[in-house]
Amino acid sequence: MDTLDLETVYRQHSRQVLATLIRLLGEFDLAEEALQDAFAAAAQQWPEQGVPDNPLAWLIRCGQNRGIDQIRRRQTVRFHADELARTLEESDTPDLAESSLQDDQLRLIFTCCHPALAVDAQLALTLREVCGLTTEQVARALLQKPTTLAQKIVRAKRKIREAGIPYEVPDDKHLAERLGAVLHVVYLMFNEGYARTDGEGLIDASLTAEAIRLAELLATLLPNGEVFGLLALMGLQDARKAARVDEQGELVTLEEQDRTLWDRDEIRLGKSWLMRALGQAPAGPYTLQAAIAAAHADAPSFEETDWHDIVGLYDLLYQRSPTPVIALNRAVAVAMVEGPQAGVALLEGLSSDKAIQNYHLFHAALADLHRRAGHQERARVAYERALSLASQAQEKRFLQKRLFQLDGGGCQ
Amino acid sequence: MKYVALVYYREQIINDMTEQQWHDLNQECIRCVENLADKGKFLAGQALQPVDSATTLRVRDGEVLMSDGPFAETKEQLAGFYLLEARDLNEALQLASHIPPARLGSIEVRPVRDLPPKD
Repeated sequence: MDTLDLETVYRQHSRQVLATLIRLLGEFDLAEEALQDAFAAAAQQWPEQGVPDNPLAWLIRCGQNRGIDQIRRRQTVRFHADELARTLEESDTPDLAESSLQDDQLRLIFTCCHPALAVDAQLALTLREVCGLTTEQVARALLQKPTTLAQKIVRAKRKIREAGIPYEVPDDKHLAERLGAVLHVVYLMFNEGYARTDGEGLIDASLTAEAIRLAELLATLLPNGEVFGLLALMGLQDARKAARVDEQGELVTLEEQDRTLWDRDEIRLGKSWLMRALGQAPAGPYTLQAAIAAAHADAPSFEETDWHDIVGLYDLLYQRSPTPVIALNRAVAVAMVEGPQAGVALLEGLSSDKAIQNYHLFHAALADLHRRAGHQERARVAYERALSLASQAQEKRFLQKRLFQLDGGGCQ
Repeated sequence: MKYVALVYYREQIINDMTEQQWHDLNQECIRCVENLADKGKFLAGQALQPVDSATTLRVRDGEVLMSDGPFAETKEQLAGFYLLEARDLNEALQLASHIPPARLGSIEVRPVRDLPPKD
């Protein structure tokens, strides 16, 4: 067997081996070391003795033995080590049934996305442990210093150990709530990648692809409507990737996007996930957002979009999660049905909310509606406010362009 | 009357200690507890794990909100404490979420630390 094959085995099985070793050895760092040891042993033995019939089980057993050896060697915790090593050895036939292995993968996911960990630590840990990225890859992908990120991961693992976060799949009573936290991390991962229109080509790991892969894994392990809904949402958004920036790397709004650039295969796939999601009523927030994205995907142009349908979906979404950001998006959709003034009235109703006052997209949306209504001066004030709040260079340039167009510098 | 004595220090002072200094401090604590217990004055007490292991929870509108880290709101004052027996952090958080003031303020949940064996 050549090295390439072992790499394939590593890609296919390393996360599964790790997830099970954490259960068997009871500790993240030890399991990671044991995983590396097991693959090192495979690199030595397999070329001579041939690939075992069940490489996964071989790797898990080998990793478990190496882990037990490691515990025995530990000097500092001598008084625990012998006892622990003995208990581990006594349970010498690890439970490697298909269903247990699947549960191990879920255990790993739910532990990394535990709400007692800070959200940014959940994201980093998930990318490192569940997706199998190196610390350097995670740091590059999240635009953080490798040392900062490494500390964050070390701290999160220490908290898991010291605070007693259990390695388990939540019971039915808490599953929905905890799944919400997992899906939040998956979508955060996707958005981190999706927002990075400038740099993703330079990174060897695409966060959008990792997020979709992770959601696909979840969909097989835990067939739940919102998991399908999130997969649909990410697929439908990802399908628009090629159209959201122009040749100069500037943002292109949904209205101005060249729809022939949208990936039709990805849209079809996204819609099939949406169908599965809608099969499990009631539709959750991700499913509803996916349905909105599907309505856009089906529209031949911005004007010919089924805005009535979209407003109805936003109504449902707002009932489920009444946040100012959803109200903002709903107002924009209402403006497409009833005219810009109706949208402006709804947005002004929101303006007492402090958080939304500091949200640049609120002012950008307001500016856009004023512009459509022909109120140039109000539009200018709102664009300027949006510009002062925006932090991304790309968004700033977009708002500056809009201001310039207001001054008659571009076509209406 | 019964009194609670709450122990505060900057963890950095502890982190800067040598192994020997830390060891000596722990032994001193063990003697202190023994001393109080001998006099019948010690009812209960525990050392805690570092603040890194803390989780803070609040209950608002029936929803349990969790955050990583210690409780750090100077406007709220310490009003009491519970010593809970729980299988793991999940159970501890679930039990803590039923403490009524969780709806009004915050509950910091932190595992206790066993003192090392006596020399």
